[in-house]
Amino acid sequence: MAILEVSRIEKRFGDVQVLRDISFTLDKGQSLAVIGSSGSGKTTLLRCLNFLERPDSGTIAVGGRTLFDAADPAARSEEQIRRSRLHFGLVFQSFNLFPQYTALENVMLARTLLAKEAPDYKSRRREITEAIRQQAVDLLTQVGLQNRLDSYPHQLSGGQQQRVAIARALALEPDILCFDEPTSALDPELTGEVLKVIRSLAERNTTMIIVTHEMGFARDVADQIIFMDEGVIVEQGPSEQVIGSPREERTRQFLRRFNQE
Amino acid sequence: MVSFWSVTASLATGLITTGKLFFLTLVFALPLGLIICFGSMSRFPPLRGLVKTAVWIVRGSPLMLQILIVYYGPGLLLGLPLLPRFTAALVTFVINYACYFSEIYRGGIQSIPRGQYEAGQVLGMRRSQIFFRVTLLQLVKRIVPPMGNEMITLVKDTALVRVISVYEIIWMGESFIRKGMMWPLFYTAVFYLAVNGLLTLLLGWFEKKLSYFK
Ligand SMILES: Nc1ncnc2c1ncn2[C@@H]1O[C@H](COP(=O)(O)OP(=O)(O)OP(=O)(O)O)[C@@H](O)[C@H]1O
Ligand SMILES: [Mg+2]
Repeated sequence: MAILEVSRIEKRFGDVQVLRDISFTLDKGQSLAVIGSSGSGKTTLLRCLNFLERPDSGTIAVGGRTLFDAADPAARSEEQIRRSRLHFGLVFQSFNLFPQYTALENVMLARTLLAKEAPDYKSRRREITEAIRQQAVDLLTQVGLQNRLDSYPHQLSGGQQQRVAIARALALEPDILCFDEPTSALDPELTGEVLKVIRSLAERNTTMIIVTHEMGFARDVADQIIFMDEGVIVEQGPSEQVIGSPREERTRQFLRRFNQE
Repeated sequence: MVSFWSVTASLATGLITTGKLFFLTLVFALPLGLIICFGSMSRFPPLRGLVKTAVWIVRGSPLMLQILIVYYGPGLLLGLPLLPRFTAALVTFVINYACYFSEIYRGGIQSIPRGQYEAGQVLGMRRSQIFFRVTLLQLVKRIVPPMGNEMITLVKDTALVRVISVYEIIWMGESFIRKGMMWPLFYTAVFYLAVNGLLTLLLGWFEKKLSYFK
């Protein structure tokens, strides 16, 4: 059963058509890798899913409920967009941790702010805060940072920062967790620790969309792969097939260029 | 012989005027600067253009000239009664410094990476939450050093109000020259150095408080 249904998304910036007729579905517990050369629109697609960009047309539905429909401009208050965003998480290429908060505080912040909206927050404040703290500690333990709870981002390596960012995104328990080239800002010796965390998430059946240039990783971890070129989906299918025996010539060319590097 | 203490007392009355001008300028110019800053970043081009031009004029012309225009202008150009001297001086300082502060705020706001706002957004935060919980402290950290420099300049700029005969501290010191005394003038320098020394310490302490993150 598809948890995510993306249908006919189009996006242009000025005269440049960046996404054309993007449609795909993703099943719960599955992971999808998006590959493609630079400028093919991968980041823009993730930004549309997280409502950082507004598609010009198309629909996005999660769990059978339409969250976004470009044809229906009435239903898009800021508050509604904010609510819709909670279905998705996004891990950025450049981490974007909040520098003034410790690792633990980074993970707790959004959850705490959401909890304050609950009517009984005031009376159960202690208990709620403790639960959020415990969850954050568990998540940081899960990404191997149980010893760095009180470190500030500038005291952490890039790989550690990215793992905090993953824990921070997981804290809101999104239906779909998106990664935008999570390791491409890292030194090569640090990519392994981050990929390991993502791999373990896949093993726990976290629903994920991973934009990546790590082909081997995409093949091993993702269930499905989408290959994009110039804003269109050229090929999509099971990861073994797309990487192992691509049907489209453009995919083959892309992979060949990749293997040469 | 005028005693050390009577000179001190006389300079102290000047210092009160100087101090009042300094604090009141900060009290009004700090918030006004933020409003001007929002104007200069407005998404409405005519407003943005207007505000930016005004800021350019204020920052590009001498403060002393501005004091003279604000004091004499209403009377000579419009036939209005003159403002009290101190009020005219204060109005000029507030406008002038608000313009400088607005540029500092703008630089600070624009130097915060977009990723900080976007990280807040994808975590389901409201606009106000992002401002207060994510960007505000980073902004404060960035603007403290340039604000500190402006404040030290402000302390010294207060001496300019003598062009419309507001009796600030140097005016008081200079009055002793007629009695053949030079040292009260040097004495005024001690006041400036003391105030700026204190200010430097305070700002240094504040910067240190914020140095726990980068
Ligand atoms: N805000 C924007 N305004 C104008 N053009 C943009 C904007 N964002 C992206 N583009 C353009 O859209 C195209 C797709 O960009 P996008 O960042 O989605 O590509 P990408 O597949 O993520 O590339 P990379 O692998 O380099 O990250 C590019 O040509 C880019 O220049
Ligand atoms: Mg990209």
